[in-house]
Amino acid sequence: MEEENNLLDAKKQNILENSKKSILANKISVKKNDKFYALLFLGPSLLLLILFIFYPMLKTIYLSLFLTNGNGQNTVFVGLENYVSLLTSSTYLASLGSTFVYVIGVSVLTIFLGLLLASTASKNVRGSVFFRTIFSSTMGVSISVSAIFWLFIFNPSIGILNQVAAFFHLPILNWSTDPNLAMISVIISTVWMNLGFAFLVLFSAFESLPLSLYEETAIEGVGPVYRFMHVTIPLISPTLFFVSIITLIESFKSFGLIDLMTAGGPNNATNMLVYQIYQNAFLNGNYSQASAESVILTIIIAILTFIQFKYLEKKVSY
Amino acid sequence: MSIEFKNITKTYDQAPVLENINAEIENGEFFAVVGPSGCGKSTLLRMLAGLIDITDGIIKINGKQINGLAAKDRNLTMVFQDYALFPFLNVEDNIAFGLKARKMPEEEIKKRVAHALEMVDLSDYKERKPRDLSGGQRQRVALARAIASDAKICLMDEPLSNLDAQLRVKMRSEIRDLQQKLGLTLIYVTHDQIEAMTMADHIMVLNDKHVQQIDTPLGIYNQPANEFVANFFGSPKINILSGNYQSNNHEITIDKYLKIKVNKKLDKNDYVVGIRPNQMDFETIDNLKEGNASVKNVSNLGSQTIVSALLDNGQTVRIVKENQLSIAPGERIKATSRGDAFVFDPEKRNLAAISVGV
Amino acid sequence: MENLNQWTGSKKTWHYLLLIILSLLILGPFIIGLWTSLLPTADISSGKLFIDNISLDNYWAALTQTPIIRYLFNSLFISILTMICQVFFCSLAAYAFVFIDFKYRNFYFYLVLSTMMLPFEAEVIPNFQTIKSLGLLNSYLGMVIPFMTSAFGIFMLRQSFMQMPYELKEAADVEGLSHWQFYLKGALPYSKLSIYTLAAYSFLSAWNQYLWPLLTTFSDDYRPVQVGLRELQSQETFNNWGMIQASAAIIVIPTLIVLYFGQHYFKSGLNEGAVK
Repeated sequence: MEEENNLLDAKKQNILENSKKSILANKISVKKNDKFYALLFLGPSLLLLILFIFYPMLKTIYLSLFLTNGNGQNTVFVGLENYVSLLTSSTYLASLGSTFVYVIGVSVLTIFLGLLLASTASKNVRGSVFFRTIFSSTMGVSISVSAIFWLFIFNPSIGILNQVAAFFHLPILNWSTDPNLAMISVIISTVWMNLGFAFLVLFSAFESLPLSLYEETAIEGVGPVYRFMHVTIPLISPTLFFVSIITLIESFKSFGLIDLMTAGGPNNATNMLVYQIYQNAFLNGNYSQASAESVILTIIIAILTFIQFKYLEKKVSY
Repeated sequence: MSIEFKNITKTYDQAPVLENINAEIENGEFFAVVGPSGCGKSTLLRMLAGLIDITDGIIKINGKQINGLAAKDRNLTMVFQDYALFPFLNVEDNIAFGLKARKMPEEEIKKRVAHALEMVDLSDYKERKPRDLSGGQRQRVALARAIASDAKICLMDEPLSNLDAQLRVKMRSEIRDLQQKLGLTLIYVTHDQIEAMTMADHIMVLNDKHVQQIDTPLGIYNQPANEFVANFFGSPKINILSGNYQSNNHEITIDKYLKIKVNKKLDKNDYVVGIRPNQMDFETIDNLKEGNASVKNVSNLGSQTIVSALLDNGQTVRIVKENQLSIAPGERIKATSRGDAFVFDPEKRNLAAISVGV
Repeated sequence: MENLNQWTGSKKTWHYLLLIILSLLILGPFIIGLWTSLLPTADISSGKLFIDNISLDNYWAALTQTPIIRYLFNSLFISILTMICQVFFCSLAAYAFVFIDFKYRNFYFYLVLSTMMLPFEAEVIPNFQTIKSLGLLNSYLGMVIPFMTSAFGIFMLRQSFMQMPYELKEAADVEGLSHWQFYLKGALPYSKLSIYTLAAYSFLSAWNQYLWPLLTTFSDDYRPVQVGLRELQSQETFNNWGMIQASAAIIVIPTLIVLYFGQHYFKSGLNEGAVK
């Protein structure tokens, strides 16, 4: 027994020494090349994001703190003065107001019509695949095409709407000079363009609803409206939330349709946030003001995206 | 290809998962690493494979330290629990996958894949995708990949745990046959004690970050180093009972009929006694006031009968008899020991003595 | 979704009626656009929309009198190049986040993710200056480089790579595959569906770019269709409604084709990457 213990101790000692000797060798990782590959794989994306997103963000904030002269050069540091003057300017506040009207109008209509399309198409009748293809088709329509289609429809003199109105002896509406009608026309064209995407996403949520729940409520004799409000809507609420927030974000960033259809007019009625930035920076050369406007837009988008992330965090494991 | 673990330690974020693992594996040995889930057995295997870093200690293959060596340079292969087959490659391409990556000549690859397919009896399936194969066939593709690589050390990480019971029995002998035919040194990780018992030359029992015992299957069964090992091996499970040591006759008394004799002098103390169910016996008693236990449950398996009974002192025992019995719950019995039993000290639960007679 | 046997005939009729009304609302602008593209402009201008005087003259005029083919080619080239770059760089970055161990990996991931909060529209001023100082104004590269990667793409492919069994990577390590080899032969083919989704998505979003090409292109040689149509609008030809509608029809066809074939991937990709 004693001997055995001694032997064991000797062995232990031996092993201990060996491990001490090998300490250097131990520290060599089996994944020696990982650092190199991390740089190689992640480097390009990181570099691009830094160059075209992080750097310009900081630069924009920087520019927004100065005054710019006619040549686009910074002259005087003015701190937050650009922001103060923006938030007290009636033009900018009006632009902010019309942006909110536009964003709310677009989002509400997109969600409502998207739900209508998705729930109608989710019933499996003969030919439903055909209708689904039609409902998603506007996703393939680009900004310029949408603008042209709707410009013709809304055209005051030869547009189809007023021709129909004339045919029924209804009053002719001038979509290009009436501020309210201009806003409505821009909203309608945007909603039409959005619908394909909203339908596609909402429809796939409808598709994945558990059939058993429907059977159960059918047995309990629940009416279709009650069922839609109390069974379907809660079940698809994550998707509904996703579509809503994406639509909100995209509408805040709207530019192309406005540029093509109304160019901000009539009388600045559709002069929204991004269009303002474009006007100030590239038409008026007022970089500092445009930068301040950019920062405000960024704050709005960042808040919305942050809400989206917070919500997704519960659904997705990062 | 011999393998040596010396004082292997692994920590994740300061928390140790393995501590001071020592073992030597001979060339051509079937070496099973057994333990409950979370005991670190897969971690040990992955350190040997070179998939994760060793925190401290040395691993040697054929006497050469391989700590910093990348997995691909260790000349070994690995078979995974979920087979690790690429769903978009057919059987043949899955087997050839690693060989192609190593830029082996086309001819050689063809030869090896054909040979490997033949060994696992899948030659007719080489065009199929993994999703068109049964679980057992997928497992054999994974084996074929290991065979084709020609490495003499093969690591297996719970390779049979996704198969049904019947297939598992069949694959056990197939793997054992392959190992011997190819002369592989096989390190086999499993949580299934029966797999380890039936296949391995030597078994390492891991629990709570430490090696509990390394021995042959019979060594582990007949001389478990501690209560954990005794409990882990054997089916039905060993009875763990508490008893009191009487120094005058070297006996441990569990109750008035259930006693064992120990082979050496012990300190006067309470001890934990392990008696395998087949090392217990009983006789039925008609008088309800006699005997030391009442029957709670009877399982008739045909070739044997498992009786579980409640001792009057509150401990439960399982008793296995190698015949069919007509006995019903509620009946009184006198439960006794046949002789073989393990005595563990009550503190550290290490083996203190062995009993070889009543 | 419902047991159709329980559906009475009239209920079914109402359902089809609703489907048809909704389809007409969606298709209306298409139909009106396509119909007027077949009419002589003189008739459109005088309000004669319901005549049988239809022809493909407007299409011929659009193809011969405007640079629309050039615009289309430019758009196609820019979109395909952007698509290839985005799939390549996003998948490499996503691979690094899933399969490579490096210091501060989570920090870098959140850094990338945070760029989704910063809208490109708000950063056009410095970006315009950057592209200008690189001498890339009015060039294909100038329209592609800022969009060669995207946080959304990296995020989506990372989700998809994380769904791969990690054992595949371990098996590849034992077999001796380098990261590059496993990326090419393991990760990419395994995540085919997500790759196609990102491809379709990045193609369409490049095709729909408006503000950036408006700022950075000055000649028809590089102008993509979105901005090209604006150019036509500002010219006199814009009163030629028949031809304009024909141009719109020509432009909408490629994206409708992409959509038709990419629909499946869009749906699953949106579910995988964003909603779930």
